[in-house]
Amino acid sequence: MPRASTLPAPVFDLTHHTLGNGLRVLLAPDRSAPVVGVAVLYDVGMRSEPLGRTGFAHLFEHLMFQGSANLDKLEHFRYVQASGGVFNGSTHVDYTDYHELMPSNALERALFLEADRMLSPRITAENLANQLEVVKNEIRVNVMNRPYGGFPWLVLPALLFDSFANSHNGYGDFADLESATVDDARDFFARYYAPANAVLAVAGDLDVDETLGFVETHFGAIRTRRAPKRPSFAEPALTAERRTTHPDMHAPIPAVAIGYRVPDPVGSLDTHLAGVLLAEVLSDGDASRLQRRLVHRDGLVTDVAAYLGEFGDPFDERDPSAMTITAHYPDAASLEAILRAVDEEIAAIAEDGLAAGELDRVRTRLVSVLLRELDSVMSRTLDLAKFELIFGRAELIAELPARFAAVTEDAIRAAAAQLRPDRRAVVELIAGGAR
Amino acid sequence: MSSPVPALTRPRKARKLTVVERVLDSGLRVVVVRKPGVPLAELRLRVPFLSARPTHPARAALLSDTMLTGAGSLDRAGVASAVQALGGELSIGVDADRLVIGGNVLATNLGSLLGLLATVLTEPTYPQAEVTTERERLVERLTIARSRPGVVASEALGHRMWGAHPYALDLPQPEAVQASTAAQLRAMHAGMVRPSDSVLIIVGDISAARVLDQVERVLAQWTGHPAASRVPALPDPGPAPTLVIDRPGSVQSSIRIGRGALSRSDPRYPALQLANLVFGGYFSSRWTENIREDKGYTYGPHSRVEHQVLGSSLLFDVEVATEVTAPAMLETRYELGKIASLPVTEAEVEAVRQYAIGTLALSTATQAGLASTLAALSAFGLGLEWITEHPARLSAVSVDDVSAAAAEFFAPSRLVEVVVGDAAAISAPLAALGPVATDA
Repeated sequence: MPRASTLPAPVFDLTHHTLGNGLRVLLAPDRSAPVVGVAVLYDVGMRSEPLGRTGFAHLFEHLMFQGSANLDKLEHFRYVQASGGVFNGSTHVDYTDYHELMPSNALERALFLEADRMLSPRITAENLANQLEVVKNEIRVNVMNRPYGGFPWLVLPALLFDSFANSHNGYGDFADLESATVDDARDFFARYYAPANAVLAVAGDLDVDETLGFVETHFGAIRTRRAPKRPSFAEPALTAERRTTHPDMHAPIPAVAIGYRVPDPVGSLDTHLAGVLLAEVLSDGDASRLQRRLVHRDGLVTDVAAYLGEFGDPFDERDPSAMTITAHYPDAASLEAILRAVDEEIAAIAEDGLAAGELDRVRTRLVSVLLRELDSVMSRTLDLAKFELIFGRAELIAELPARFAAVTEDAIRAAAAQLRPDRRAVVELIAGGAR
Repeated sequence: MSSPVPALTRPRKARKLTVVERVLDSGLRVVVVRKPGVPLAELRLRVPFLSARPTHPARAALLSDTMLTGAGSLDRAGVASAVQALGGELSIGVDADRLVIGGNVLATNLGSLLGLLATVLTEPTYPQAEVTTERERLVERLTIARSRPGVVASEALGHRMWGAHPYALDLPQPEAVQASTAAQLRAMHAGMVRPSDSVLIIVGDISAARVLDQVERVLAQWTGHPAASRVPALPDPGPAPTLVIDRPGSVQSSIRIGRGALSRSDPRYPALQLANLVFGGYFSSRWTENIREDKGYTYGPHSRVEHQVLGSSLLFDVEVATEVTAPAMLETRYELGKIASLPVTEAEVEAVRQYAIGTLALSTATQAGLASTLAALSAFGLGLEWITEHPARLSAVSVDDVSAAAAEFFAPSRLVEVVVGDAAAISAPLAALGPVATDA
């Protein structure tokens, strides 16, 4: 078994640049395959949506694909794909990303496509009406027409957090989405999509000097605008348990989501990393505490998962963040027994610590998962941009194995001690579907 | 006016990969590819698992859920701890064609993971208590799966296309799961989890020759031939009325359409692959540009060619808002009829050709992607050479070839259609477009 101190670490050849208009640029050459990834992350997500405009950050993400200064509708997709590449975009609580993975002979084209929409997306009433219907169908397929749709990410924050920013439905209420206007979209673009509010990462088969030239040519001329000041969204830990129920007309069996507010991932990074390891100790695989207790020993649940970050990525959001434990279970009457078992397992870690070898094996696996993700040029590109945007340092990725190796058992016990019943929010999903 | 969009530069060639292959005395074919990158190794062990026995799908699913719950002297947590300590993962998946044991691990620990794999293969225990636990979990998971409209629709399309063939019965019935026992799983393992027709793929930052010797040593005790099994040929699905399955109150309708298609080794397959992309196989397709980007009827339609050992299928999936179900079906049939009866354009073919060539390279650029692709190809006797030679085959396809493939395979009169949705709202409008059958 490798010792934690000898864990392999990712290696990057990484350079930083900042354009005159404030755009932060990261270049990470790796000439091993003729593939290049391009990612632009804007520092705005669901948390920054205006009151009465739930779901707007995501709707706006769709509008960014509808044509731009030099490109008609549909042309963005066609240029990427006819170059042999793939694209996507996604909206997160703290940022929105746009990315392409291309054969490296399309690098300048990809940079042009991203720059063209940073310059000026074509926001028209027709495009807005069309994408409103597309987004409503996205919500129908992923939430309204699906068992456990949006559970728990659409319902737990509403109980766990208090401010509109942290607690609202990030996919959006249909009424809010339908009332969005072209002016709203233009304002949102003007306010949040400034070059100085974005990070551009390019990784893979590239020459640094040549790529910097392309970046300067295509992004350099975009007008400088002031980046908005990001307000604090922080909320203190709960002091009393909160509970609610959530009906699901399609779900055949009940489910539960237990949420805890956790310390600032950025400001208390080492505490956060202890929380990340704790989540793995709790639920990663058949040797984990909650699987053994709830699934194998007690047979109370059909599955259980513990994770940090609203979408299961512990490095995806700033303060506030959450630890979530979810489970599906066949017998609706067993909720209290499940909660008791979860509490006992967490308390056992806080009080008795870990078994011999437990921390090492969990840490080794976590580093292996990190490396595996970085094997993909697209994931690597997105991760570099994300760590730069959220943590201010893309280099942190390469340091994570050593940072995880330095987390002590005491730190994990301390993280477990924070997950007390009086600090949790519990959403019980009531199954209304046929069995 | 000239386009401001930068032109493509000359493509760089991918580095040639080192691949070594050996057939062990047991008959196991081992393929090892050195692919530098992150210090990891991926493995995929593909075991043929096709069977026409009615009890097979339930037992196979339960076997795959319990295979890692005990091996040699290790109990469930013991297996999991040992794998985790290597920075590894093992998981098992099964479908009508095959069982795959997939895994990944820190490259330096590959030998130890192979050792654990050998124990799982040769000394599985299928403990009674774990089988009981997993039986209940599997029943719950099947219930959850069948509460999803897309699963109901795909299952119904399978029945409609393949009748009582095992390919239509892939998703097990809960009663059959309840009736499966630990003894039956042990017998199934002994009868079917055998090396003689299996393939092991390993891809990673490893020395290929050394790993090959290591595999031969570590898996020496895994021997034997699977019991012979006879499975009927796939029937040829004929045209039938659109089947509507009621899901009261559904806010969307799940449309599934299908027919038989060409296998990868058919000389006309590259043309069919490109015709499918033009129709609905990528975002810039006719179907997506029509019913999503123009009409907003859906989040996204997808069509694809799916390859199974006994035959390939052309499949179309889309979820549309309930109130536009008939209009979406009309537009879908319009696009099908159009591509079947009018030639495709040269610009369309060039775009999908580049997309097919580019995305093949992208999808095999990671260790995991290459391992999974090689495992899938291995069932058809194809290997790395198929990946490296396929761009040339795609380059040789003419616009006429694509039009001919589209005319043959996309004709709406030859397609089988299933719609799961709120029958009270959608049946009458659908019936206005053509014959509809309902399923209570």
